[in-house]
Amino acid sequence: MTAKNIRILIDEKACKKCGLCIAFCPKKVFISENGKPVIANLSACIDCKLCELRCPDYAIIVGGEEIEQ
Amino acid sequence: MRKELEKYFRTDKLPHIWCPGCGHGIITGAVIRAIDNLKLDQDKICIVSGIGCSSRAPGYMNFYTLHTTHGRALAFATGIKMAKPELKVIVLTGDGDCSAIGGNHLIHAARRNIDITTIVFNNSIYGMTSGQYSPMTPKGAFATTAPYGNIDRDFDLCKLAQSSGATYVARGTVYHLPQLIKLIEKALKHNGFSFVDVVDICPTYFGRRNKMGTAVAMMETIREKSVTIRTASKMSAEELSGKIVIGEFYEENAPEYTEEYAKIIEKAQGRI
Ligand SMILES: Cc1ncc(C[n+]2csc(CCOP(=O)(O)OP(=O)(O)O)c2C)c(N)n1
Ligand code: SF4
Repeated sequence: MTAKNIRILIDEKACKKCGLCIAFCPKKVFISENGKPVIANLSACIDCKLCELRCPDYAIIVGGEEIEQ
Repeated sequence: MRKELEKYFRTDKLPHIWCPGCGHGIITGAVIRAIDNLKLDQDKICIVSGIGCSSRAPGYMNFYTLHTTHGRALAFATGIKMAKPELKVIVLTGDGDCSAIGGNHLIHAARRNIDITTIVFNNSIYGMTSGQYSPMTPKGAFATTAPYGNIDRDFDLCKLAQSSGATYVARGTVYHLPQLIKLIEKALKHNGFSFVDVVDICPTYFGRRNKMGTAVAMMETIREKSVTIRTASKMSAEELSGKIVIGEFYEENAPEYTEEYAKIIEKAQGRI
């Protein structure tokens, strides 16, 4: 998968703003807006899915075309 | 949530009640992903818990589930496995549930080598009842019941499980996710008593009282303190003090309890 096909979906209703995704993304893809993760640097995403795996609230999905908007 | 995983959750019960940054959701997610990776039959799994914030996990999981009494998850799980050995039985338990009131059940389930996978949500505290110390609270840490610091000595649950007879013993953390999922997969595939101690975070009661900062800061602490078994083997006891040793400690093939019991039934019926 090339970097430009990667999508990140954040379920705002499920997010409890713990900040783990923002802090531990190895590529600093997210920034915080009042604690909420906002995708600021999608092209840097390496599809490691660590944010998805560490999210305590199952609020993030990282993937390609297969994930639905 | 990822579409493929939705079938494993009781999605009508979500969002869960755990506090922001609580590691219990991370471990529950890791168990689900391990089950999915192994393509286990969803209808052949029974998940059992005791009482505690962690023990609420099975309530969100779409399998046969049993939410029992405090400390007794392994006793109920033993009954289920004896009655229906074809089920994959998984116990999700807190450190209080498993090592304090349930400590004796842990010893005997391990001793029998019954085919149950036990995952400990080890956040070093009684979260649900607002922060009393547990046997896993480190020496010197604060709790509502240890306002001047805990004087109990540190306790290693993996050592207890292994010396009691568990035949798969590992430790992971809520920081090291790909590794945690792999360890749970190995535990689930193991035939016999498998035990995974997962170093977890309770930002609300353990974190606040010990001034450990946010969930992010608590995760950083886990990252800093964690060493692999291989690295630990080259360290002195002094260097290892306060460290979290992670990885697989023990694996053995040994007679499994329900299989031995099936043989006894055959013998009693004069078939062998
Ligand atoms: C027989 C009995 N004794 C005590 C309690 C009170 N109690 C409820 S949960 C709990 C401890 C929970 O701690 P832990 O198992 O570590 O789970 P956590 O909440 O931290 O996830 C206690 C002592 C109880 N419910 N039943
Ligand atoms: S009290 Fe602690 S263990 Fe319980 S949900 Fe909150 S953070 Fe998690």
